[in-house]
Amino acid sequence: MNKKDIIICRCEDVTLEDVHNCLKDGYTTFEELKRILRVGMGPCQGQTCSILVQREIAKFLGKKIEDVKTHKTRPLITGVVLEDIAGNDND
Amino acid sequence: MVKRDLIIVGAGPAGLSAAKVALEAGLTVTIIERAAILGGQLTKQTHKFFGSKEEYAKTRGIDIASILIDELKNYEKRLEILKEATVVGMYKDYVLTIYQGNEYFKYQAKAIIIATGASEKVLAFENNDLPGIYGAGAVQTLMNLYGIVPGNEVVMVGSGNIGLIVSYQLIQAGVKVKALLEAASNIGGYLVHAAKLVRLGVPIYTKTSVKKAFGDKQLEKIETVKLDENWQYIEGTEEIINCDALCISVGLTPLHQLLSMAEVDMIYISELGGLIPKKTPDYETSMPRVYACGDVTGIEEASSAMVEGKIAGLMAARDLGHRHKKFNELEKQFKDQLQNLRQGPSGVKIRLGLQKAGEEL
Repeated sequence: MNKKDIIICRCEDVTLEDVHNCLKDGYTTFEELKRILRVGMGPCQGQTCSILVQREIAKFLGKKIEDVKTHKTRPLITGVVLEDIAGNDND
Repeated sequence: MVKRDLIIVGAGPAGLSAAKVALEAGLTVTIIERAAILGGQLTKQTHKFFGSKEEYAKTRGIDIASILIDELKNYEKRLEILKEATVVGMYKDYVLTIYQGNEYFKYQAKAIIIATGASEKVLAFENNDLPGIYGAGAVQTLMNLYGIVPGNEVVMVGSGNIGLIVSYQLIQAGVKVKALLEAASNIGGYLVHAAKLVRLGVPIYTKTSVKKAFGDKQLEKIETVKLDENWQYIEGTEEIINCDALCISVGLTPLHQLLSMAEVDMIYISELGGLIPKKTPDYETSMPRVYACGDVTGIEEASSAMVEGKIAGLMAARDLGHRHKKFNELEKQFKDQLQNLRQGPSGVKIRLGLQKAGEEL
């Protein structure tokens, strides 16, 4: 199996190999993986990849997927043009 | 900041049903919908529904959407609808930030109903980013909303109702369905849908998944593999199928982000598709006067979503001081309906999931 060709996060082009390397380096929480790989930080904000990432963490730690801490969801849900926030007159 | 009474996020079967009951009870309602048309997933469902008469059995999904939209027309004076408007943020002070066109603005609500629905799950396999690999729901949107076929020869992965129905609709659109793969040992969806495909000559392979996709610029063929009882590949069972489109239909996952970012209590339940809000029997979340209904509370059928929506609408109205004239009667009716919809073998997974989430059935 060529892990380089398995895309886990399509927004940020993170592969299964990237995720496995990070897990082996000791980064075993979703929040750590986000900070290093930007996995789940693209336009869909993790809606597409988060279950795949959680499953890989679960497998690596020998846990159930339900027991893997989910990542923190922050505003905004999708991309908003900065000018549209900064430049508007609404309070 | 714009102040509103009840804001409903999402105008699918759950959101529209919630709006109707809340309006009926006397509330002023704002519906915010990301798409240009109302109806959510119903707008692309050309097939007739099962279930009971109350949830429009034997009616096509797209016609159900029209019925639900028509029912709101009596209340136009108390109803505001924002279309092509995405709620991009939700905060603890009941503020929603909204992005519509190039306008970014805030609404503050007294009560909020989250009816955002779900998105498609994806699969990890080699070259899973090749053009020609789609979610089955995306293919249904392409075909039934935009009149575009995804390819000439398709393989479907997943035999839940979406996989089965979209396979049939692909055939109706003149596309060859080369095979349907199912990782489990049984068909996931209703056998009546699967039987149709078998009669039309579609081979169904159980305990089988996609291992690898091949193609230079776009999908040309896939490699399938048999799975053992632990869902692991059985080496040596690989087979090649030529196809220019692959549809992934391996389930849905709730669009939970607004609830999560407002720090509503959430719980991960595999049987219900992923992260869902904890809720009371009245569909209220841990945040007072924030309700959730439909697939965002766990993946079920559109019929359940409609009934959940009605419950949320009824309760939101009551909690804002507009108790429905027939409150007691309706509450019992809706809750009984929901229980009936979840009976039987197709409801086993849902009942298990709800139990795990700590709900009384």
